[in-house]
Formats: sequence, C-alpha cells, structure tokens
Amino acid sequence: MLKDIFSKNKKKYATIPVTPSKSDVPVGIMTKCPECKKAMFTKELEQHFMVCSHCDYHFPIGAIDRLNLVLDEGSFVELDAQLESENPLSFPGYKEKLEKDKVKSGVNEAIVTGTGTIDNRLVVIAVMDSNFRMGSMGSVVGEKIKRAIEKADELKVPFIIFTASGGARMQEGVLSLMQMAKTSVALKRFSDHGGLIITVMTHPTTGGVSASFASLGDYNFAEPGALIGFSGRRIIEQTIREKLPDDFQTAEFQLQHGQLDAIIHRKDMKEKLSLIVELHSYGGEE
Amino acid sequence: MVQELEFEKPIIDLRKKIHELKEITKKADVDLSSEIEKLERRLQNLEEEIYFNLQPWDRVQIARHPNRPTTLDYIDYLFEDFFELHGDRVFGDDEAIVGGIAKYKGRPVTVIGHQRGKDTKENIRRNFGMPHPEGYRKALRLMKQADKFNRPIICFIDTKGAYPGKAAEERGQSEAIARNLFEMGGFTVPIICIVIGEGGSGGALGIGVGNRVYMLENSIYSVISPEGAASILWKDATQAKRAAESMKITATDLREMGIIEGIIPEVRGGAHHNVEEQSKIIDSVLEKALIELSHLSQEELIEQRYDKYAKIGVFFEKEPTEIK
Repeated sequence: MLKDIFSKNKKKYATIPVTPSKSDVPVGIMTKCPECKKAMFTKELEQHFMVCSHCDYHFPIGAIDRLNLVLDEGSFVELDAQLESENPLSFPGYKEKLEKDKVKSGVNEAIVTGTGTIDNRLVVIAVMDSNFRMGSMGSVVGEKIKRAIEKADELKVPFIIFTASGGARMQEGVLSLMQMAKTSVALKRFSDHGGLIITVMTHPTTGGVSASFASLGDYNFAEPGALIGFSGRRIIEQTIREKLPDDFQTAEFQLQHGQLDAIIHRKDMKEKLSLIVELHSYGGEE
Repeated sequence: MVQELEFEKPIIDLRKKIHELKEITKKADVDLSSEIEKLERRLQNLEEEIYFNLQPWDRVQIARHPNRPTTLDYIDYLFEDFFELHGDRVFGDDEAIVGGIAKYKGRPVTVIGHQRGKDTKENIRRNFGMPHPEGYRKALRLMKQADKFNRPIICFIDTKGAYPGKAAEERGQSEAIARNLFEMGGFTVPIICIVIGEGGSGGALGIGVGNRVYMLENSIYSVISPEGAASILWKDATQAKRAAESMKITATDLREMGIIEGIIPEVRGGAHHNVEEQSKIIDSVLEKALIELSHLSQEELIEQRYDKYAKIGVFFEKEPTEIK
C-alpha cells in the first residue's frame, strides 16, 4: 500500500525529437559549458581543473577528483568507508536509490573523509559529493563528519571540509536534521581545543548543511559562482511574492553580504589552503 | 471558545445533541434523562476512542491550533518575575523570538522561545513565529549571558521554521542558526528544550540543542513541513496528511529514535483545553530535569550534551574485513 503512495506517475510514451539537437558532439571528446555554451575539448577542460577556459564556470566535480586536486599525490587515506545508510523511515525505494547513486558517483556515500597532506602538512579532509543524493546529509554523512573531526582533534591537525549539498536528506527525516547539531557540537569541541577549521563551499551548499558545519569555519571560503543559501529560491519567491535577482545566493552575493572570507578559484585552491595551514603551524612544526 | 478540529467533529456533534436534549427537557415537560445519560456515556467512550488514538495528522492540527498556548503563556504560569530583554545588538529586535531572565522556584534562569501571535495583528508583528537571523542572534546573546552568570537556559520551541525571506538570506540566516548550534554545544549551564508546538526544521533546532529535549505529546518535530514533504514527494502539497504519517514526526517517533528524552503528556484533547493544567504538567517535568542536571559539573554538562548528539543517527557499520 505504502508503495502506491510513493510511486511516481510514469510517462507512458517517450517523446523523440525529429531532428537531432545541433550541439551534438561525440560523447567524451568535447564538453559544452552550461554557462557560456561554448564547447571545448574535454582533455583541455580536465587540465584546467574542470573550469571553463572561456567564462571561468566551475564544473561540479566529484569527491575523488577534488581530493586529487587538493592533496599531495598518493597521500590520501580514507576513513570510515565502512559506514552505510540504513532506511530508518522505511522509505520506499530509498535503498535502491542509494545503490544506484553508488554506481553513478563512484563513492559509497555523499561524503568521503580521510587524512592526507597538503604540501607535506597533514590534515583531516572531508569532501561532499553532489553526485550522490545531491550531497544530502543523512546519518552516515553526519557520523563520518563527526568522526573526521574527532580524528583531527586526536591528531592535532587542521580540519578541512568541502561542502556540496542540497541540505538534509529527506528520506531520513528528523534524524538528518539532528546531524546538524551533531556536527556543529563536534566542531565546537574541536574549536575549543584550538583546532583549525576551514570550510570551502562549492556548488551547491544550501539548507541544513549551509546552516551547520559549512558556515562554521574559522575561515569560510567558496568557489566562484557556487549557490549558497538557507532557503530555496522558489520558496523565497513564493513567500515574498517577488522575483529575486539572478546573483541572489551566489558565492559573490555571500561575499558581498559578509558571509565569506574569500572566493577562491579552483586553480588556486591548493595553494591558498596550503598557505592558511602553513600560517597556523608556526612554532607547532616538528 | 475553543475552535474545533476536523477529527473532533463527532464529539462536537454529540455534545450538541446532548445540549439540545437538555434544552428540550427544560422547556417541555418530558423526561429524557435516560436518553441523555445514554448519550453522555457514549460521549465519554467516543472521547476516549478519539483522543487516545490520535493519528499523526490529528496531532499536526493540534500542534498548529490557533489557541494552542505559546511561549509567553507558559512563561506566565511557570516563572516569576519574567523580565523580557530585547535586541541582538547588531541589527534589531526580532519579536518572533522572545527571551529574558526570570525566577524558577526562586532560582534565576534564562528563558527563550519562539513566539507566535494570537491574532493577525500580533502575528504580523511576530512574523508568525518565524525568526530572522537577528532572532537567533538575540537568543545567542541571552544564552551567553546565562552562561556567564551561571543560569540554566530553558528554551520553548514553536515555529514553522526560520523565515525564508530575502532579507533573512542577506543577513546570514544560515550562519545565525549554525552559530547557535555550535555555541550551544559549549555552554557550561544546563540547557532544557521543550517543543510546545511545531518543531520546524533548522529554525526550531536553532534554539534546540540541549542536555534534555522534551516534546509535548501533541507537538511535532520534523526536517520539513508535511506540506513541503508532500510537494517534493508527490508534487502536491495537499497530500500533507500522507506525508505526516510517513515522516515520523510525533513525540513517540522521536522518543523511539533517541532524539528526545521524554514526552510531556497533554491535557485531554490538547494543551489548548487548559493552559493552567498543562503548565502544571510541564512544571513537574522541568523541575525534575533541573534537579537532575544540577548534579552535573560544568564539564559533565558539556560532555553529556556532546554524547547525546554524537549518538543520534541510524546507520550500518560493516566489519573492516568486508570492504574490498
């Protein structure tokens, strides 16, 4: 019975366009920028850290690619990969969706955590992956973040988190909401012990994630153009009955409104993070 | 007059009928006392049947009842010498959150809570109990003050959510809520939170990180409103009833998930039937909690709060050998 409730109305017929779309390019060789619509060689794009060379659009990247961009080669050691989501609300289709996303994203949850080095300085790093359930935060995401923070506390090293999330994971209901408290309380303890917290908000960082750990860095950074905010644009427009400006809730908007320390281009990310970490290791290095 | 709710209709109808019969007995010279007695017995059974089997959607309606007691109502009954304090010292005073100092059984405490309006005019002033960042920042200011002067903090939660508006975003709604969650983790005084109506998502949690969290029997606590869930799940907000049933948002659900420490019983039919009586029930729970927490040292209070939240979550942990 419950299944009936959740089943989506499936379309009976597929519509097939008569003429093939003009921008068709062989899959893989060329990539079109969704922002400026210009096409470029995928190889070239990859060499440019997945940033459009024409308009600087930052393509969303997965957690593994991100780790490769930021950490010293071969230094990453994953933590807590053994944690997997349950289905606490017996949500129809939830388990299947998780399995599908594991294949799609190449990661087993919406976050990957571990230790690694940036220019030979050890850090604990957590990277969210928006390809997995829109990076939404359920029990596993919360638990992995908490454990990563505790690890950083134990090792006395900086904690760096890259956020990319639509917010709390609805399929886990109020348990997801409570992960906001769990992660924030863990950061507080780490902070009280003198721990360094760096957050980098990437596209998108909204809802419960933006209203918890993402905003709690000693330094809050963001990638250019990233969507960052608490409530969804549509909800706000419906509430205030007003059309919002295009740049509303972008990283640039947040910088202007005093919510960010800086916006960092992806190509400079490692260098800047390295500098921040270095500036905090004065006198503490062996 | 207490406004009736949909599921109460059979009770109201029966009550009306009994009333009519009584009127007839008074006016005309017929004795209907046996019929009245029968109906009154039936009314009693019916009330028990309905009020003891409240469904999630019924509770949502009670939680949102326009006459449901608010933070200030409970403050009146539970505390002496409440002194309201205003403003976040940065931007303004958000009346969607009230706070101040008061005496509880002679002991100084800090009280904070979401505040809905009683009528349209007051609701506009209080933004229907949906705070802006300055509301959370006022709450934080008062909590820091409580921490400094070693006063317990008591929070009443009752909001549909943090206000989803343009100005709220511009002033950092996310940061304001996040900051409260963070700081509430570190206070060295007891924090007791009571969900008295709607616990709407991050906007509720923003003053809801405590050593003890209680929910009134007919209150709800959820990551998204039933309407919001329905519009995402089935693209249809009118399916809210279904969503309420599947999202596990009642006090019993939260108790089972280990999120809250206890359920505070309500007077029959809901708190709005008798605020005074309801306050007495809350009072006994609050007093006991405060006494228990007063045995903990400052470090233990932080530790206990940390452990409480660290434990929340349902997941599966494979043996390390199972990972390829």
